[in-house]
Amino acid sequence: MSILAGKKVIIIGDRDGIPGQAIEACAESAGAEVVFSSTECFV
Amino acid sequence: MKSVIKGAGYILVHTPDMVLHNGTTQTTERIVNPDGEYLKELPKHIRTFEQALSYWPNQVYIGNKTPDELAAVEQPWCDKVCDVNDRYGHFGQIMPQEEFLLLMQACDVFGLVKLEKGFVEAHKAALAANPIIDETIMARIPAEQTDAAEIQRLVDEEHSEGLYHNGELVGCVNRAHDIDVNLSAHVIHENIVSKASSVTALLSAVKNAGIAKEDVEYVVDCAEEACGDMNQRGGGNFAKSAAEIAGLANATGSDARGFCAAPAHAMIEAAALVASGAYKTVVVTAGGCTAKLGMNGKDHVKKGLPIMEDMIGGFAVVVTQDDGVSPEINLDMLGRHTVGTGSAPQAVISSLVTNPLDKHGLKITDIDKYSPEMQNPDITKPAGAGDVPLANYKMIAALAVKRGELQKADLASFPAKHGLTGWAPTQGHIPSGVPYIGFAREDIMAGKLNRVMIIGKGSLFLGRMTNLFDGVSFVIQANTGAEEAQAGVSEEEVKGMIAKAMRDFAATLMAQAE
Amino acid sequence: MDLENQKRVKELAEQYGPENVVVLLGAAEGEASGLAAETVTNGDPTYAGPLTGVSLGLKVYHVCEPEVKAEFDPAVYDEQVSMMEMVLDVDDIINEMTSIREQYCKY
Repeated sequence: MSILAGKKVIIIGDRDGIPGQAIEACAESAGAEVVFSSTECFV
Repeated sequence: MKSVIKGAGYILVHTPDMVLHNGTTQTTERIVNPDGEYLKELPKHIRTFEQALSYWPNQVYIGNKTPDELAAVEQPWCDKVCDVNDRYGHFGQIMPQEEFLLLMQACDVFGLVKLEKGFVEAHKAALAANPIIDETIMARIPAEQTDAAEIQRLVDEEHSEGLYHNGELVGCVNRAHDIDVNLSAHVIHENIVSKASSVTALLSAVKNAGIAKEDVEYVVDCAEEACGDMNQRGGGNFAKSAAEIAGLANATGSDARGFCAAPAHAMIEAAALVASGAYKTVVVTAGGCTAKLGMNGKDHVKKGLPIMEDMIGGFAVVVTQDDGVSPEINLDMLGRHTVGTGSAPQAVISSLVTNPLDKHGLKITDIDKYSPEMQNPDITKPAGAGDVPLANYKMIAALAVKRGELQKADLASFPAKHGLTGWAPTQGHIPSGVPYIGFAREDIMAGKLNRVMIIGKGSLFLGRMTNLFDGVSFVIQANTGAEEAQAGVSEEEVKGMIAKAMRDFAATLMAQAE
Repeated sequence: MDLENQKRVKELAEQYGPENVVVLLGAAEGEASGLAAETVTNGDPTYAGPLTGVSLGLKVYHVCEPEVKAEFDPAVYDEQVSMMEMVLDVDDIINEMTSIREQYCKY
């Protein structure tokens, strides 16, 4: 069973890791619906 | 026309009491968790001024130690004592809190900063003795100061923001308007701290560059605060406000904003203003940020570490017309993260690093040193943000491998060879590429380096106006000597080409002879 | 985790039902990944945000973990993330994430 297809996905990206928008593109490619995407910054 | 880096100033202010009272991690905690363990534990982790002085990264920031020397010291650094603990360095200084509170008052032109009489008496001489502070600044400190009881009343009844030293209330910053939130005591406090630290940086940079104050025609402030009232929240202009206190009588200026990328934007703007002939001397400046004090304090306290985010940072760089010796800013080699670049880390690094190099047929390894985000890993690693400069170097190296410009086996040695170990406090815009400009200038002039790339990156999405990231980069290179009258191949380049052709020819002959 | 982000996670889990929601992280290293994962499963370990004491038990992965990576379009992943795999300590991230999921994930 797939983890992402058809699911509502919440994205918490990281400025110094993988930013939210990059994860969005991946999640959408897996058939997930992105309902929220944000990028955090610790510096 | 060319523009050159004439000098730079780097300053820190040790503000332990502001960590407790003004850092947003602490002010937030006071609202959501006032009786929590963190606020109880925190005061035990505050450093003394002497500890801040003998902290390795701080001594690098003001120029008493080099990034290479720091890289040779085993991490963590917070438990090591630097063998140099001067408060003055050849780039600037580390100012103690008590002097800074007086300087804040000198920078207040609206009668909002109140200090207790005895406190002023005790510390006025120390500020006057500071080599960059002259009598025009001392004259801005009012003769009439305030009683302790009145300060207490202002804090209790008038929403004033307290100024503390060694845990004692020694002054306050009043609100500048009863209703306007943009002129609240909190905002005014934050802005005066930014302004006063910018003034300190400006004075250091002008002194280090060996120019007269009258020479400065334009100042660009690239900090992350906003000043204005309720009808123009970000009206500005920190640049001119700081220039006034610093005595730069012939300067006007403006503020450039762009989160942590702003210093790199401002440097390019300054270089372009000079290169175009609009102004002969432009200074880029920024003060520091109270909000970020103790930003990662929870992690530091949890791990039994001292609060290392107790320093307000500031820097200023003087950009002038060509003097024939100072390193140049190459405006023909700019990196730009554009709206269309996207946020994929490889796309970001390509836009900032390889796009400008490709334009000139250069390889990643043709840049001697990269200065991206120079955050001190001693602060960021325990907070879960990793080693930010190192991550940048790994990305640049990975890109070089992908492009076939670096052997995979050399991946691990790339950061040491083309990179630096971070030493700047996590004051947002302060670490962003610019802390290295002072060292880069010296190393390029000493012939140790030829080309250095400064990279600024900014988290625009934090402002909630866009989801985009941002960044720009520029290259500082050795002065190429007398300017050519027209564009085209310079004499130097022709000489270089001839020399290379002769070397190649000789090599061929020798190979044949063997 | 940022307080506003915690608020959004809480609201969206209520709106769509926690069983229908998956959280994807992009944190820079293992410990930070684990803390974010703990926040959306067991509650905010720093006792600061709206998820303090709220055990949502959401399904949570780091974008570099093999389970979710297998579901992405490889070309998209290659373009958006692959280079960061060379930079991040992916094994450490996987260990932290697996441990949190085993302890607190309800779905």
